[in-house]
Amino acid sequence: MPDWLTPEEWQALSLSLKVSFWATVVSLPPGVAVAQALARGRFPGHGLLNGLVHLPLILPPVVTGYLLLLTFGRQGWLGSALWDWFGFTFAFRWTGAALAAAVMAFPLLVRAIRLALEAVDPKLEQAAATLGASRVVVFLTVTLPLILPGVIAGAVLAFAKAMGEFGATITFVANIPGETQTLPTAIYAFLQLPGGDAAALRLVAISVALAMGALVVSELLSRRVAARIAGK
Amino acid sequence: MTLHIQLRHAFPDFRLEVDMVLPGGLTCLFGRSGSGKTSIVNAVAGLLRPDAARIVLDGSVLNDLPPHRRDLGYVFQDARLFPHLTVAENLCYGPRVRRRKVEGMAQVVELLGIGGLLSRRPGTLSGGERQRVAIGRALLARPRLLLMDEPLAALDEARKAEILPYIEALRDETGLPILYVSHSLPEVARLATTIAVIEAGRVAALGPAAAILSDPVAAPLLGLREAGAVLTARIASHEDDGLTRLTTAAGPLWLPRIAGVPGGRVRVRIAAQDVILSRDRPLGLSALNILPATVAALHDGQGPGVLVRLELGTEFLLARLTRRSAQALRLAPGVGVFAVLKSVAVAQADVGATAPSD
Repeated sequence: MPDWLTPEEWQALSLSLKVSFWATVVSLPPGVAVAQALARGRFPGHGLLNGLVHLPLILPPVVTGYLLLLTFGRQGWLGSALWDWFGFTFAFRWTGAALAAAVMAFPLLVRAIRLALEAVDPKLEQAAATLGASRVVVFLTVTLPLILPGVIAGAVLAFAKAMGEFGATITFVANIPGETQTLPTAIYAFLQLPGGDAAALRLVAISVALAMGALVVSELLSRRVAARIAGK
Repeated sequence: MTLHIQLRHAFPDFRLEVDMVLPGGLTCLFGRSGSGKTSIVNAVAGLLRPDAARIVLDGSVLNDLPPHRRDLGYVFQDARLFPHLTVAENLCYGPRVRRRKVEGMAQVVELLGIGGLLSRRPGTLSGGERQRVAIGRALLARPRLLLMDEPLAALDEARKAEILPYIEALRDETGLPILYVSHSLPEVARLATTIAVIEAGRVAALGPAAAILSDPVAAPLLGLREAGAVLTARIASHEDDGLTRLTTAAGPLWLPRIAGVPGGRVRVRIAAQDVILSRDRPLGLSALNILPATVAALHDGQGPGVLVRLELGTEFLLARLTRRSAQALRLAPGVGVFAVLKSVAVAQADVGATAPSD
C-alpha cells in the first residue's frame, strides 16, 4: 500500500481494479460471441439483440441498476433462485459491483469487437475452409488473430468504463466500504464528508490517469488492427 | 480422373443447369462474365449450396461434404492470402490445420519460384507474387483437384506472362487435375487440354481443346475475333536471322524467335483471322509459312464471314474469311488449299509449353 493513500482510499482503488478486471474478463467470451452474431449472423431477433446490448448505453444508469436489483436482488426472480439453489448472491457483494460494471461496459466491448470483425474479409475465411479448416479452426486461426487488436481495444475500453461505473453500482449494491465501494462511489462518499476534499481529489487524479491511459492504449491497439489486416 | 458435375440452381437473374463429365488434365470453363462459370467452381468447392447438386470426383460424392472435407485446392482471382501470416505460414496453412506433416514444400517453392519470399508478409508482395504463393498454398494442402477462378484476371499482361509458365508446369509436371475458369481465349488456348464453353448457365460446348478451338461451329461461342486453333509443334532450330523453325504435323513453320531449346515441344495458337487461303501454291509472297491443307468443314457466320476448318496431317487450323472469297475459291469439304500465315502474326504470348505426351 503506497503511503500517500489512506487505507480507505487504497481499499476503494484495489476493489475497483478487482471489480473491473473480473467484469472485463468474464464478459469477453460472451462479448465475442454476441459481436460475431451481430456482425455475421442473419437470424430473427437480430435487431432485438442489437437493441438489448446497447440498452445500458442509453438507459439512465440508475434504471439499469434498479433492473439489476429487481432481477438479481435477494428478492429478485433470478437472485432468489441463485440464493436458494447455490447459496450465491450478487446483492451488496463485490461480485454484484462486477456484474453492474460488466453490464454497463458490455455495449462498448461488443462495439469494438464488432467493428474489428466487420473489417475481416469473409473471403479469407472461405479460403481457409477450402484449405481444410473447420469453422472452429477458421475462427481460431484466421478470424481471431485478425480481430485480436480490436478485442484488446474493446477490453481496455470496457475496463475503463467499469472503473468509472457509478449509477448502476450504487443503485444495485450500495456503497459499502471494503465490499462495494469503488473509486467513483468512494469519491462521492468523501465529498459528503467535511474535510474529505483532499482524499476525493487524490482519487479523482487516479481516475483521470487511469481513464487517459486506457484511451491511449485502446487507440494504439486500434491502429494495429488496420496494419494487421493490411498485412504489412 | 473423372469429375461429374450435375447442378441446378436458380439465381435471381438466371438459371444454372449443368451436367458434364470432365476428364483429367486442365479443363477450362470458358464463358462471358456472368455466364455461371464461377458458380460452378464454387459449387464444386462447397462455397455455393445449389438447389440441387451431385458432384462426383473419382467415385466419391462431394456434394454432401462441407468445404473443409472436400480435399480440393482453390486459387481465387484475389489471392486471399492470410495477412497476419508470413508467406511460409500461408503455404503451410493447409497441412497445419489438418495436423499433417508439410510434404513437398521444397518442390512447390522451386516450381513456383517463391523461395525468396518465404519470410515476407502478403502486404509487401506484388500481385504476381501473391498469386504464385496462393497457388503454392493450394498445392501444399495436397488437393485431389485444383480449382482456379480467373487467377490471372487481376494482373497486367507482364504479370500474366510471368505466371502462365508456372501453370503450364503445374499441368504438365504434377498430373494434378485442374478446373480453370477464364474468359480470356488466348489464356484458354495456351492452357486448356479440355474446354467447356459455358453460356447463360448451360454447357454450350465440351471437348478436347484442339477440337473445340478448331471447330467452326464452336468458335463463334468463343468470340470470332479471337477464334483460332492450336498447333502442337517441336522446335527444330533457332536460325541466324532471328526466326525459329518449328516442325508440325502440318509441315515446317517459321516464327519470330521463341523461347525454348531445339527438341522442345510448344503449342502455338494461330488466330483464324490471320490465316489466308489460296487454291494454288502462291509464288513471290512475303509470307514465310505456306502449308498444304484440306478443307474439312465450313460454317457460315451471321455476317459476311465464313469459318473454315482445315486439316493438315493430324492437325487442324481454323481460317476466317468472307463468304465472297469462299465462293470465289469454290471451297467445299475435301478441296485442297494452301494456308498462308505471316510469321509475325504469331505473338510471343500465343506460344506456350506443352506436355511431352501431348
